[in-house]
Amino acid sequence: MKALMFGWEFPPHILGGLGTASYGLTKGMSLQPDLEITFVIPKPWGDEDQSFLRIIGANQIPVVWKDVNWDHVNSRIGNFMSPDDYYHFRNNIKYDFRRIGTDDLGCINFSGRYPENLLEEISNYEAVASVIAHAIQFDVIHAHDWLTYPAGRFAKQISGKPMVIHVHATDYDRSRGQVNPDVYRIEKEGMDAADHIMTVSNLTRRTVIEKYHQHPDKVTTVHNAVEPMANVEEFTKSERNDKVITFLGRITMQKGPEYFVEVATRVLQHTKGVRFVMAGSGDMMNKMIRLVAQKGIADKFHFTGFLKGRQVYEMLAESDVYMMPSVSEPFGISPLEAMQVGTPSIISKQSGCAEILNHVIKTDYWDIDAMADYIHAIVKYPAMYNSLRENGLAEVNNIKWEYAGQKVRRIYDMVCGR
Amino acid sequence: MKTINFCFRVHQRPNLKRYRFFEIGNDHYYYDDYANESAIRYASDNCYLEANRILLDMIRSSNGNFKVSFSISGLALEQFEQYAPEVIDSFKELAKTGSVEFLATPYGHSLAALYNEDEFALQVNMQANKIKELFGKKPTTFANSALLYSDEIGNTIASLGYKNIIVEGAKHILGWKSPNYLYSHAYNNKIKLLVRNNKLSDDINYRFSNWSWDQYPLTAEKFIGWIKDAPEAENIFTVFMGYEALGILNHKDSGIFEFFKALPFYAIEQNIGFELPSEICKKNKPVDTLSALYPMSWTDEEKDVSAWCGNELQNEALTKLYNLTERVHLCSDPMIKVDWQLLQDTAHFFFMNTKHYSDGMIYAQKIPYESPYEAFTNYMNVLSDFIERVNAQYPTDIESEELNALLKTIRNQEELIKKLETKKKAAKK
Repeated sequence: MKALMFGWEFPPHILGGLGTASYGLTKGMSLQPDLEITFVIPKPWGDEDQSFLRIIGANQIPVVWKDVNWDHVNSRIGNFMSPDDYYHFRNNIKYDFRRIGTDDLGCINFSGRYPENLLEEISNYEAVASVIAHAIQFDVIHAHDWLTYPAGRFAKQISGKPMVIHVHATDYDRSRGQVNPDVYRIEKEGMDAADHIMTVSNLTRRTVIEKYHQHPDKVTTVHNAVEPMANVEEFTKSERNDKVITFLGRITMQKGPEYFVEVATRVLQHTKGVRFVMAGSGDMMNKMIRLVAQKGIADKFHFTGFLKGRQVYEMLAESDVYMMPSVSEPFGISPLEAMQVGTPSIISKQSGCAEILNHVIKTDYWDIDAMADYIHAIVKYPAMYNSLRENGLAEVNNIKWEYAGQKVRRIYDMVCGR
Repeated sequence: MKTINFCFRVHQRPNLKRYRFFEIGNDHYYYDDYANESAIRYASDNCYLEANRILLDMIRSSNGNFKVSFSISGLALEQFEQYAPEVIDSFKELAKTGSVEFLATPYGHSLAALYNEDEFALQVNMQANKIKELFGKKPTTFANSALLYSDEIGNTIASLGYKNIIVEGAKHILGWKSPNYLYSHAYNNKIKLLVRNNKLSDDINYRFSNWSWDQYPLTAEKFIGWIKDAPEAENIFTVFMGYEALGILNHKDSGIFEFFKALPFYAIEQNIGFELPSEICKKNKPVDTLSALYPMSWTDEEKDVSAWCGNELQNEALTKLYNLTERVHLCSDPMIKVDWQLLQDTAHFFFMNTKHYSDGMIYAQKIPYESPYEAFTNYMNVLSDFIERVNAQYPTDIESEELNALLKTIRNQEELIKKLETKKKAAKK
């Protein structure tokens, strides 16, 4: 079976959880020997791991016919793809896309990020999808998140092959209910056109059914997993007198940072030897700094700014408790990463990952007393910390992308009528 | 003649209220009164009163040939006194028939047998006195909380004056032996062991209302038939379960009460009798010894103690709790003594069990916590407050032994003063 996937991010150059999930899922699926995956992203950097799948960069696919010679093509994109492939794609341009600004090869310049003109980029991506759909053979289309739904839809229209879409988040999660009508339209059209919808949690599944009016039979939950870390031992905790409780993520409404500050205030009133760290950046960061100052806990509450790559794991490993009081989290992979480095997690029940984790603490995101109580317990009673740590490690090591991949495969088989 | 020995455990766990860490040091009341009262009321209405009435009828209509014994914890009796005194009256009525025996057990449904011998002895004596006070007779047969037993515990129990003990028929202890005989302690042959037949007990307790069981429905005829079909020499069938099996675990509509009512008729038909544990131990001689090097219980498939002290959370809580024993024994504050009993209940530790947490098993009792971690957090907050209170009684920098000596001197002096005062008064007159 051949799958054509449309994504937006792929490691190592990622901006959010979507890239991590795309990587893990495709890697887990690659363990099935009879499955071939072609993964389209707007802009590859060239250092992506292509050992288990083929990556096509949308910015190297011609959408406008340009007369260019072999050597020129080779010098421009030879390190990504062979000029022969370029000509093959060029022969499959069936529509007139000259209205779109292209470069000397007839390719579109994608930012591969989330720019101001995101909607334009999405529709350009759609144009690329039409060329790909004509040029290559595949059995099923798999589109990751709303940015790629239009591309998937177009590919389905052209090829007549079934399309499944993978909902990593909906606009309802990002906006606490104040949805952007454009985004909602794209999401809804994608879901309507899909033959099957996969969601990363039952929470998201409910949103898809209730807010996007999809038939429950058409929606299946495929929980995310986590890649096993090869170098876990590298991340250790250094000796410190104070216990560290960490919030890590975008400092934005969806993640509930203000609840973290409230919890910190409550804990610090009664407990000595505890420090709180808010790592990350975001639109509510300055507001949080002011709030911390107002509460008078700034001496025990620290901001690190944006962390990336290795720093994330270092921060998690140095922490005694990881906290994710998200108001609405489709899945939330970071508690699993914290568990991998042996840090107990407190997560909100409104997080998708709460559905598959047992050895974490789950509370409502607004239940400040409960969260404060658990922090106190983990910090004061070593048995609590050790149990969560040991049981959590065992648990997270059993959550594998391979199993998620098998679930996706069954859905492929179903929509293909096999 | 084959005999059936019916025993019922009566106990309701104390429910702790939600106790946050910022209440430590401020709030010294730990219990959810509403939950406790409603649990007792519910159990009394659906089980204890109803079942007592039916058992009483059965005893009377069989001219006292139907016999049954109860192991009621002291805490349960206290709760009855507080919330449902009519239950005590109905037990008293049962006691008057003479066909009912009350068993000795620790006062709280505690694990003291595993952790502290002094505390264990204290609880057993408290319980015996309470039974004597209410039902007029000191118990002679012992059944530990959850039937905890090992060779060592057996010895301790014997030193408290109980020579008959009811133990679990755990497979790893019995091996090829049948539970349906009287056994004796591994090296003290004066101690007689009655072995619970867990198959027959669980058939009634857990499987009676289980539609997917291949023997469903269980009828009195079938049940007595199984006993009749057992080899001739096997003569003692100890059926021991929580009293809640009648009316709560098996709802009234399941026909559980009718099942019990019919038992004596079929039993008499097959020449099978009912006897009390003390009678059985008097009449029979042990056929062999049973040795349990490690503690066993009636819980789970493993029949060991891992349900209460199998993980780090439980061990931490239990160690912290029983470290207090000596200090609590020195205290004279009655509230501390009461809390001390209530905090030892096995249920607190059972809720911290992570063994079955992941597989979503259904238990006989509903678990009031969302996770073992929540149970642990709540319990430890309560315990932290309790520890502070105990430590506040006497300075912690004095060793318990030294403290004991000092307290003795004070008490002796108090007595002396009293004596002298009375003398003084007498002299004045």
